[in-house]
Amino acid sequence: MTLLEVNDLHVTYAAGSGAPVPAVRGVDLRLDVGETLGLAGESGCGKSSLAAALLRLLPSGTTVTGDVLLDGEDVLTMKPGRLRAVRWTELAIVFQGALHTLNPVQRVGDQIGEALRLHAKGGGNVTKRVGELLELVGLPARRARAYPHQLSGGQRQRVLIGLAVACEPRLLIADEPTTALDVMVQAQVLRLLEDLQREFGLAIIFITHDLSTLANICSRIAVMYAGRIAEQGPNDKVFADAAHPYTRALAAAFPVIGDPAFRMRPSGLPGDPPDPRDLPSGCPFHPRCSEAIEICPRTPVELWPAGELREAACVHVSGAPVPR
Amino acid sequence: MSAAEPLVEVRDLHVEYPGRDGPARAVDGVNLAVGEGETLALVGESGCGKTTLARTIMGLQAPTSGEVRFRGEPLVYSRRGMREHRRRAQMIFQDPTGALNARQTLYEAVAEGIRIQGLEGEEERLVADALSRAGLRPPESFFTRYPYEISGGQRQRVIIAGAMVLNPSLLVADEPVSALDASVRGEILALMLSLVREAGVTVLVVTHDLGLAWNVADRVAVMYLGRIVEIGAAEELLTEPRHPYTRALLSVVPETKQMEPQILKGETPDPTRIPSGCRFHPRCPVVESGEAARLGIEESCRGEDPLFLPACHAVRLASSDEHEAYLHER
Repeated sequence: MTLLEVNDLHVTYAAGSGAPVPAVRGVDLRLDVGETLGLAGESGCGKSSLAAALLRLLPSGTTVTGDVLLDGEDVLTMKPGRLRAVRWTELAIVFQGALHTLNPVQRVGDQIGEALRLHAKGGGNVTKRVGELLELVGLPARRARAYPHQLSGGQRQRVLIGLAVACEPRLLIADEPTTALDVMVQAQVLRLLEDLQREFGLAIIFITHDLSTLANICSRIAVMYAGRIAEQGPNDKVFADAAHPYTRALAAAFPVIGDPAFRMRPSGLPGDPPDPRDLPSGCPFHPRCSEAIEICPRTPVELWPAGELREAACVHVSGAPVPR
Repeated sequence: MSAAEPLVEVRDLHVEYPGRDGPARAVDGVNLAVGEGETLALVGESGCGKTTLARTIMGLQAPTSGEVRFRGEPLVYSRRGMREHRRRAQMIFQDPTGALNARQTLYEAVAEGIRIQGLEGEEERLVADALSRAGLRPPESFFTRYPYEISGGQRQRVIIAGAMVLNPSLLVADEPVSALDASVRGEILALMLSLVREAGVTVLVVTHDLGLAWNVADRVAVMYLGRIVEIGAAEELLTEPRHPYTRALLSVVPETKQMEPQILKGETPDPTRIPSGCRFHPRCPVVESGEAARLGIEESCRGEDPLFLPACHAVRLASSDEHEAYLHER
C-alpha cells in the first residue's frame, strides 16, 4: 500500500539579488507502508532540501512545486492547522546534530512531554509515556530529568528518535542520523531504527552521504545527483551491481575491509558537485564521469529502465533510448 | 618494523586532566613506537584518548608522567624546543573550515609556518611548491583566494599544504576526512598516501574509521579507555582481530559484511572511573556470554589488569594453549 507519493517535486531557493538556486529539479518517489528507502548523495545534491520539502520546513520565499501525497492528501497544499496535525503524528524527522536540535535549558523528558501534550492523540499519563519512550530507545526512564548537555552524543540521538516516534508517526525521515556518531553508537542507533520499523511498521526515509550505512537497513535505494535521482532500485542490486557510474564511485569511496582491491588504494571521485545555478549540459555528471562518451554532454538524461525494478539516468543503461 | 631507531617513541605515557570527580585518565599507560616512513592508524571510539595521545606527541599537551621521544631525544617543552618540534612534526585536524582563518588568503595560510620559522627568503617558492604537491594546481591561481571561495576538499588540501610546507618528518592527522563527503574522502587519502611515498613522511592518523585504516595504514593500534589494547600489521589486525573489542568494532563496520554484528552495550566508560582488572570487562562479550567463566579466567578479567598485548586474558590463554598443543605435537 502506498504511503507517500512524490511527483515532479521542484525546490528552488530564492537567493537575494542573485539567481534563484534550483536544489531539487523534478523528483518522483514512492514509498509503501513500512518500507525503508535510502536516499544517498554528496553534500549539495538536494537530498536534505527534498526531506525538508516533504515536511514543509523550507524557509519562506522558497518555491516548491509538484505533489507530496501522504495517503493521497497533498502536504504542500494543506492548511496550517491540518499540517500541524500531520507533523509528528504522521510525519516526523530526525536531524543530524542532536545537540542543536534539543533545547539546552529544558529537561529532555519535558521536551518529549511537550510534543505529546500538543500532538498525541488521546490523553493518558504523559510522564509515564515519556518514561516508556525513553526505555523504547534504550535509555533508563530516569534520564527524563537530564538536560541535553548531561547526555552523550549517542544518548541525545536516542532522545531525538524517541521524540520523533512519540506520537507514533507512520513515516520517519532520518537526515544523517548517525553521521556525527562513533561506529559502535552508530550501529546501536541503526539497530534501534530497524527495531522500531519492525515493531511499529514505521516507514523510514534514510538520508545519508555514506552509502555503506544503508546496506543493512534499506529495502530500496535512491541516489541523488544535482537535484535529481540518478539511480534507484532494490538495495542488494544497487550495491552489488550499480548501474550508474556515480553510484559506483560513491560505493567505492567506502572500502571493503579485507578486500585487496582497496588495500592502500583509496578511491574517490575527482572534482566537485556542480553549481546548481550553472549545471553542465546534457548529463550533469559528465564532467566527472570516468565513462563519459561523446554524446553525454549533449544528451539530456532521465531515469531509464536498467533491469528489474531498477532505473538509472545514464546513456549506458540498457533502457536508454539513445544510439550507442 | 625494522630494527632501526623509531622516529617517535612513547614510553609509559600518562596524561590526566583534573576534574571534579578526580582526575580523568585520558592516556593511561601507553607504549608505542612509530617507525620512520611508517603510517600508523590509531583507532578507537570517542573518549578513548586517541586525540590526547596525538596531541601529546605533538607537544600540545604535557604528559603527567612518562615521555615522548623524537629520534631518541625526549621532547623539550620550552618555547624554543617546541618551535623546533613544529618544524619536524605537524598536525592537521578534522574540520578544514575551522582550521583556516576566514580573512586570510590561502597564500597567507600556507606561509604562516615559514614566517614563524624565519625562512622568508624562499617563501613564495615554498608556498607554490606545497600547494602544488597538495594537488592545487596551478598554485599561483590559489594565492589570492579566500577559504570561502574553494570547496571543503580543497580547504583540506590547503591545510595539508600548510602542514607539509616545512617538510616535516611527522604528520599527525586527526580524523582528516571525517568532515568530508564520501567522494572527496578518497581523494584526500590518496594525497596522503602520495606524500608518504614521495616525501617519506611518517604519518600518525587518528580515526574511528577502520576502512580508512585499510586504505592507508601499515599498522593499526586500537585504543580503549586510555590504553592500547591491540596493535599489529593492518592486514592481520583488520582481517583476524584477536582482542574482543577489536572484533566487536570490526563487526559493526558496514564495510565488513562477513561478520555477525556484535553490538556492544553502552558507550566508552568515564575515564575518571576506569574499571578494575581488564578495563573492557564490563562490556566484554567474552565475560558477558559466560565464556570467561567457563575458561576459568573470569576472576582475572575482573581483577587483573592485562599488561600485555593483545590486552585480553582470554586471548593469552588461547595462545598459550596453542603453544602447548604445538609443543605437544612435536
